[in-house]
Amino acid sequence: MVPCQMSVARLCAQPPGAHWILSATDPKPLASAIVRDDEGLLVSAAKAGDTAAFEELVNRYERKIFRLGMNITQNREDAEDVMQDAFLKSYQNLDRFQGDSRFYTWLVRIAVNEALMKLRKRRPNQVSLDEPLTDGDGEDSVFREIEDWGPSPEKKFAQVELNEILNSVIGELDPIFRVAFLLRDVEGLSTEETAQILGISSAAVKSRLLRARLKLRQKLNKYFRRSETQ
Amino acid sequence: MNCKKVILELTSYLDGVLDSNMRLDLEQHLSRCTDCRLVVDTCRKTIQIFCNSEPVPLPEDVRQRLHTALLERFRRNAKST
Repeated sequence: MVPCQMSVARLCAQPPGAHWILSATDPKPLASAIVRDDEGLLVSAAKAGDTAAFEELVNRYERKIFRLGMNITQNREDAEDVMQDAFLKSYQNLDRFQGDSRFYTWLVRIAVNEALMKLRKRRPNQVSLDEPLTDGDGEDSVFREIEDWGPSPEKKFAQVELNEILNSVIGELDPIFRVAFLLRDVEGLSTEETAQILGISSAAVKSRLLRARLKLRQKLNKYFRRSETQ
Repeated sequence: MNCKKVILELTSYLDGVLDSNMRLDLEQHLSRCTDCRLVVDTCRKTIQIFCNSEPVPLPEDVRQRLHTALLERFRRNAKST
């Protein structure tokens, strides 16, 4: 998956005569499209002590980091702490940033770690980053609930109601699946970047992403199936 | 290709990174399997709906507190160097 704006355009592209098939022929846009070219210059300037350069980096990414914190922790106060800690820690440790990844990827890694720590503190016995055992809710159960959603199922709900539904279903996902989905499908990071951030292999990212997508699809089914609204 | 294989390859297919021969096989399967077609379609819509959802706004008071904390850190660092 790619940054949201692009992915939607690509996901909507359909070959003639087969309205349900995705176009998979377009070249995959680079995730780095979400970063302006001068990020490296800003980082170099910030490392040299230019606080205005660091503030520019903060201005660019503060909304995205807050959103990520909200989506992972599902709590505004925690999201604020995550955002503050991520920027303060990245500033404090800027000299350790080697530039072998994008600054944004490095920042997201710090923010994800902070957010997961918040979750663990809140629910120490419930939040694990280990792979959950098969719970009967994954790939094997995918054919249990198969129903047509119609062309634009989300339009059946007012925006506020839709936001509540989406927050609710994503909050029900195990954190490890939630984070994989958020980084890949909402933040538009590449599989490799997501793997780097989470410290796992690309294959593990793909596996978690598949589970996350299937679980979310299954959870949304009860809201979006045609029989529900006709 | 069978239904189980379609599900295993679903993420690569949705991301457009499936090898072209595999993609043709998968699409041939979709053309004759309603269940898989609906799974692919609803999975694609799931991603679209999340991508199209309203971004969480950054409240101004939260932003102000972030920048105040940063300025404080800048001052502290300047004093210590």
